[in-house]
Amino acid sequence: MSKALSRRSFLKVGVVGGLALATAGSIYRLVRDPETPRRFVLDERTRNVLAAVAPVILTGALHPGSDDVQAVIERIEGAIQQLPLKVQKEIQDLFALLTLAPTRRFLAGLPDDWRIAKQEEIAAFLQSWRLHRIGMLQTAYHALHDLVVGPWYADESTWASIGYPGPIKELS
Amino acid sequence: MNTNPIPDPIQAGLASGWNVIDASALDANRQFEVDVAIIGTGAGGGVTAEILSMAGLKILLIEEGPLKSSKDFKMREAQAYPELYQESAARKTKDKAINIMQGRSVGGSTTVNWTSSFRTPEDTLHYWQKNFGLQDYAPQALAPWFDQMERRLHVTPWAAAPNENNDLLRRGAEKLGISTAVIPRNVNGCWNLGYCGMGCPTNAKQSMLVTTIPAALSRGAVLLTRTRAEKLNFKGDRVDSLSCVAISADGLAPSGKTITVRARHYVVSGGAINSPGLLLRSNAPDPHRILGKRTVLHPVVLSAALYDHKVDSFAGAPQSIYSDHFLNTDAIDGPIGYKLEVPPLHPLLISATLSGFGEHHSHLMKRFANLHAIIALLRDGFHEQSVGGTVELRDGGSPVLDYPITDFVWDGIRRALLTMVEIQFAAGAKIVYPVHELADGYTSWSSAKKAIEALPYKPLFTRVVSAHVMGGCTMSDDTKLGVVSSTGRYHGVSNLSVHDGSLFPTSIGANPQLSIYGITCRLASMLAQQLTGKPAPVL
Ligand SMILES: Cc1cc2nc3c(=O)[nH]c(=O)nc-3n(C[C@H](O)[C@H](O)[C@H](O)COP(=O)(O)OP(=O)(O)OC[C@H]3O[C@@H](n4cnc5c(N)ncnc54)[C@H](O)[C@@H]3O)c2cc1C
Repeated sequence: MSKALSRRSFLKVGVVGGLALATAGSIYRLVRDPETPRRFVLDERTRNVLAAVAPVILTGALHPGSDDVQAVIERIEGAIQQLPLKVQKEIQDLFALLTLAPTRRFLAGLPDDWRIAKQEEIAAFLQSWRLHRIGMLQTAYHALHDLVVGPWYADESTWASIGYPGPIKELS
Repeated sequence: MNTNPIPDPIQAGLASGWNVIDASALDANRQFEVDVAIIGTGAGGGVTAEILSMAGLKILLIEEGPLKSSKDFKMREAQAYPELYQESAARKTKDKAINIMQGRSVGGSTTVNWTSSFRTPEDTLHYWQKNFGLQDYAPQALAPWFDQMERRLHVTPWAAAPNENNDLLRRGAEKLGISTAVIPRNVNGCWNLGYCGMGCPTNAKQSMLVTTIPAALSRGAVLLTRTRAEKLNFKGDRVDSLSCVAISADGLAPSGKTITVRARHYVVSGGAINSPGLLLRSNAPDPHRILGKRTVLHPVVLSAALYDHKVDSFAGAPQSIYSDHFLNTDAIDGPIGYKLEVPPLHPLLISATLSGFGEHHSHLMKRFANLHAIIALLRDGFHEQSVGGTVELRDGGSPVLDYPITDFVWDGIRRALLTMVEIQFAAGAKIVYPVHELADGYTSWSSAKKAIEALPYKPLFTRVVSAHVMGGCTMSDDTKLGVVSSTGRYHGVSNLSVHDGSLFPTSIGANPQLSIYGITCRLASMLAQQLTGKPAPVL
């Protein structure tokens, strides 16, 4: 691929990417909830994304196909609900982008629905956003990273696995 | 079952009849008339409240966060961050490239800070005198104010042995001939637990929550919690009133009730970002368009490392050793310098901070107890290529900081990563992980050095964080350079002051709390004298 071509396609993705994020968000809100959303309540499609992504981010820590998956989704939901409403809206927009099939294919590069996506495909998607030239997708990667690992390791049930004794019992 | 053996001065004070109103529970709008309204209960607001209430003035304290106390401080991140921090400890700059930690509860950031207590470095004060016309800010002129606050808050060098996390910094630096020293801390009867960032469960930390604020409340000051100062209403050259909104109990949205405050004088102590935010929302006079500018961060980068032995970086006084070597190697206005310290490591924050995902990440987390980290705090604001960021308002009026990281600052970030990694190897690290999305774990100093020199330095590739937001309401008697005078008075408004970290024209070059305590102690004493016509009380 020539330099000029890659530059052009980058510009295209840049513009389209930005538009897609904004539009997917507003379409999603229009479809899901006629009122301006206040608190972001995770729906079935969002849970499917997390059920696919969290075991990849937490490979080696979380047991796929176990109760762990449900547990991490609940903790993520709890964490999201304590974020400022404007951040909740941004997270909602991000999941809109990931759940709508066209943007999932085009921006995340995932041909299949999250429920049947392969681990390697998901890892490749995460890695591409992690180093993406579009800052917005990079920040989306960081959001997923922090939202998954933070609440997972914040929970007491994971502490033994990392050799963390937790705070002294008498005062906690 | 309450088995907590620690006496809780807040609960005792409430029982004794303190006038504290949780606005989330208000069922009607309210109005207050007082001598002085203080917005924010952190370092600047706390000190101001104690001094003005000692002077006999009727004080109203307005705090957006909740009133929490030792009985609530359970040393759990999942609970502490949403309850005690701005934006659940996930505040970010506009481009989301820098994570910002600031407090949001009674006591402000002092309720959650790590207790390191440094006086303002002399070269910083000289720089202010020379470049911002702050003639009164000579080290010897400020010394009595630092003395006063050090006594009040029990600031003394940490006398116990440093924990292993800190001692690794000391040992590694020593091997390389880099000098370190012991950090003074504002604690009294510290249990050496290591959970300062989640609120002190034993009330040893001499934060505003257990010192100045209780003192003010015992003298009859009124405290409104879950109350956000929304807008100062100007009439001529005066603030006529202050409009506030009550916030819901979960802290996320206005409850619908409003509070109107009339005062003789108003003191803004909301901290950096928030104070300029309030003043911008209020259309405060700003003829030279400098309000919100020069917001500085001490941008922080970090390097993690694994050792063969346990480090237990979560246990023990979080910060007790530092090095100013790299602040002193170049001139203050030369290539950017940095202070070296260590952060306490707790599972939520460190898991989010460590880059990468999958096996790479979980492998590191499994060895959490053997993990050590050093942080470098870059001294921003002293060079024309490091002028800090700008506070802007989003739709809806909340403030956000736009802080572009310049090449000048990136150069410092690269040098700081090199320094930290070299120290970690010198201290015996087996694998070192400079926190950068394209960095690996390195097993030798030479391979790490080569890699760090070749890494790209741009936003979102290196984790950059800050717990030291300063500036935005620059202090200078030259109205072209600052919005606030050297006495803390807002230029062009006769009854408005700013008393917090937003005053600083540059970063401090040391953890800022004692700078805020000492400087606002002086400003509040002058204000007390002006408002009462009597000599100011001494703390
Ligand atoms: C995790 C952490 C660790 C730190 N460690 C250290 C350390 O070891 N040593 C050190 O020197 N410094 C440390 N700091 C920094 C230090 O605590 C702060 O610099 C200092 O407390 C700032 O004081 P301030 O008065 O400017 O604002 P703050 O202490 O942040 O207080 C501002 C208060 O105002 C409230 N407020 C803001 N806007 C409004 C509004 N519109 N209406 C009502 N209320 C409002 C906020 O909720 C907050 O409670 C640390 C900070 C953090 C977050």
